[in-house]
Amino acid sequence: MTGAHTTDPILSVSDLVVAVAGRIKIVRGVSFDIAPGEILGLVGESGCGKSMTSLAAMGLLPPAIGVTKGRILLGGTDITRLAPHERVDRGCGRIAMIFQEPMTSLNPVLRIGDQIEEAIRVHDPDVVPAVRARELLDMVRIPDAAHQLSAFPHELSGGMRQRVMIAIALACRPSVLIADEPTTALDVTVQRQVLGLIRELCDTLDMGVLFITHDLGVVAQLADRVAVMYAGGLVETGDVVPLFAAPLHPYTAGLMGCLPDPDSDDPLLATIPGSAPRPDEVGDGCPFAPRCPRVADICRRGAVPVRHTDTGQAVRCHFPLNGEAST
Amino acid sequence: MTDDTVLDIRNLSKAYHVRRGGKNHEVRAVDDISLAVRAGETLGIVGESGCGKSSLARAVMGLTRADGGKVIHDGVDLLTLDRRSLARARLRIRMVFQDPYASLDPRRSVGDSVAEAGDIHGIFESSAERKRLVGEALDRVGLGAGFADRFPHELSGGQRQRVGIARAILPEPELVIADEPVSALDVSIQAQVLNLLAELKNRLGLTLLFISHDLSVVAKISDRVAVLYMGRVVEIAPARPLFRDPRHPYTELLIQAIPRPDPSTRITGAIEPDEPPSRFARLAGCPFRDRCPRRTEICATDAPELREIEPGRFVSCHHA
Amino acid sequence: MIETIRSSTRLIAARPLVAIGAAFLTLIVTFAIFAPWIAPFGPDAIDPVNRLLPPGGGHLMGTDHFGRDTFSRVVYGSRLALLIGVGVVVFALGTGVPIGVLSALYPKLGRVLMRMVDVLMSFPSLLLALGLIVILGQGVFNAILAIGLIYLTTTARIVYGVALRLRAEPYVEAARSMGAGTWWVVTRHILPNMISPLMVQASFVFAFAQLGAAALDFLGLGAPPDVPSWGNMLAESRIYITRASWLLLWPGLMIVLTAFSLNLVGDWLRDRMDPRFREMVGK
Repeated sequence: MTGAHTTDPILSVSDLVVAVAGRIKIVRGVSFDIAPGEILGLVGESGCGKSMTSLAAMGLLPPAIGVTKGRILLGGTDITRLAPHERVDRGCGRIAMIFQEPMTSLNPVLRIGDQIEEAIRVHDPDVVPAVRARELLDMVRIPDAAHQLSAFPHELSGGMRQRVMIAIALACRPSVLIADEPTTALDVTVQRQVLGLIRELCDTLDMGVLFITHDLGVVAQLADRVAVMYAGGLVETGDVVPLFAAPLHPYTAGLMGCLPDPDSDDPLLATIPGSAPRPDEVGDGCPFAPRCPRVADICRRGAVPVRHTDTGQAVRCHFPLNGEAST
Repeated sequence: MTDDTVLDIRNLSKAYHVRRGGKNHEVRAVDDISLAVRAGETLGIVGESGCGKSSLARAVMGLTRADGGKVIHDGVDLLTLDRRSLARARLRIRMVFQDPYASLDPRRSVGDSVAEAGDIHGIFESSAERKRLVGEALDRVGLGAGFADRFPHELSGGQRQRVGIARAILPEPELVIADEPVSALDVSIQAQVLNLLAELKNRLGLTLLFISHDLSVVAKISDRVAVLYMGRVVEIAPARPLFRDPRHPYTELLIQAIPRPDPSTRITGAIEPDEPPSRFARLAGCPFRDRCPRRTEICATDAPELREIEPGRFVSCHHA
Repeated sequence: MIETIRSSTRLIAARPLVAIGAAFLTLIVTFAIFAPWIAPFGPDAIDPVNRLLPPGGGHLMGTDHFGRDTFSRVVYGSRLALLIGVGVVVFALGTGVPIGVLSALYPKLGRVLMRMVDVLMSFPSLLLALGLIVILGQGVFNAILAIGLIYLTTTARIVYGVALRLRAEPYVEAARSMGAGTWWVVTRHILPNMISPLMVQASFVFAFAQLGAAALDFLGLGAPPDVPSWGNMLAESRIYITRASWLLLWPGLMIVLTAFSLNLVGDWLRDRMDPRFREMVGK
């Protein structure tokens, strides 16, 4: 999958701003596109605003938090201010979401089959629910699907529950799937399988996938394109191969440096000093300035320009790592 | 066992009894585990959920009662000690916990939490001494004495975890058991805390038992690594050789599954679901046999023993 | 001081009812402390000439069948109201907390204790109190015991649940891992972290104690007739309901308003303690 968009993006977010009580910005002007059949890995540490971005796209922001600027287009239709129930049947395509903790996303007193059929009845009224439920379970590769339909969530392992979550998400035949840290709570061997499943589904169903994670390794394994988020804004985006080969933003490079590499001889890990600012602490200038090894005065005041390379990468920095400094 | 063994765990077992579906099940969380922790080393314990690593830590600390086996420290089996002697022993063996948000009492100041072990055992001779030692501990973990009057809710996750570490080194222990100490932290903070642990270990001459599900982290910080599966040790080896050249098929599986930040190793498609068996299942033979590419008939009937196949490398497999 | 005024004005703006309730309670406490200076007459000052006067003139709330000033009796009655409230809370919490904590820490003992609590709870509360008064005899102290017993049960139940949860907290495990004994864990970790729910419980118990005491007094089983209490005032004035309804109005109103104010403040305390609420404020 290359990064160049030969088709129109299925999900398009432009200059999205999400704020608490209209004042404190937790997402500050985020823009990205996802094409059908493409997986965009949105990566960042806790508190950077990646989950809020996805909730905004779904129309699921908690009370007192809202989109104050920007646009979200699904299949060309503006869904920015639409509540979930208003989005059904707009003919713009469907968007579904899976979460980190399948145990709390599934109703513990209902059988799996009933929960899947419930989703089918709402979104896909023309099919026979039981048959379609069986199909979906096969699609997510749950072994012994017929038997599992009558199982309760607590009888399944974490990996199986997450597959059920995916099946429920697929019930509406979505054109976009948002996955918010779906494998973070899973064992690493199970994670590998669920990631593989998401890759397969994305390819066969031609869905666009927004995959949110804090794990750079997972991003490298799964995503076609990457967006790195810090303190509410995107600092770098690009295709996965060039981004990992040569990260442009000091934060991206710093994050990659922090990963423990058992092969290296250095007993200590590289670190990024300090910690990320809270949303109300982000001031003027570049939010990464207090921790950046390349910081200069210009970084502390005023907007930071976005520069594009011919490899399709974009970076918001005065002194990106490929040597192109701001004039 | 050599003379410089700080902790000698022998045949430790711990089972839980769970009632599920109208029947009583026994889950052998720790199934006959033997490990020797050498002075000054970092021994990593790695495994996925349900492998028994946390149960092992709790049984060693005496937080849960083991069903069998011995834990020998300083010539004494900790599991046979009375309450008072065990309490004293706990000054020398300390624990760092996983959840920085829940392992500190929200109503007690940082200083009170750090000094708690000392307060319990009455080791401070004066409040001035207490204050000094607390300040020292906080300095050592990179926070500074000024933090003593703050409260947990004012601190970030990384800072709280540092407080947890300060608490574990006052007074200076011999052995620190760290149960997933960085799993709840962001990657950039994780690196800071790991460096801190390594540095403290060297400076204070500690022995560290590092428990985690993250093999990359464990392999990086440990001298030796023990891999657990279904309550048993399947492989023990020095960290780098284990990572580069695993001998047990489960260790291989674990290493393959680690998502590497290298897009050239990308996942291209789905693989068959392959889940560990239910913890309620009572299996004869090797616990890994159903998922093992090397399995033969003997694997279903005979449980393999932990054998030293090379100096310093132990594997529990018929086909290592 | 300034901080108190500031937070008070915020409270009045945000939750006016709670502010009114808190103000009313302050009034009651003032009555109780400064009764001799606030009340224009003594509570037992009989004045047969001026019997059953309606409110007005020198008698803000009128007079009763002995000519005693109702307002003065109401003011002095607040003393008993507070005494009963404090007494019941101290007894209920003083017994309920140890029972709950011990039950949580020692499961076998806990099973026995909690079953006994269940048995007590299965009695209709007023009957239980009446039964105890019959055994112990009438009087303020016995009334406190009787009502306290009722709220011992609910307190024990609540404390049991909270203590169970706290016992499993990682910081308790951390203390144990350092060699802390049960006493240390209870006094340093479990009890301090219970203060919030206990405060809420105390305010509700205080409120219901008023109602319970009033009921007992009304039946003649609580405070002796010479002690001015709102419940006694209701009892004595029953027969005058058509002729001098104000005699029932004022004490009845005091009982209701006191209980209501305590409930309001208790609700507010509980909302403040709710961790989700605190999270949102923190963000």
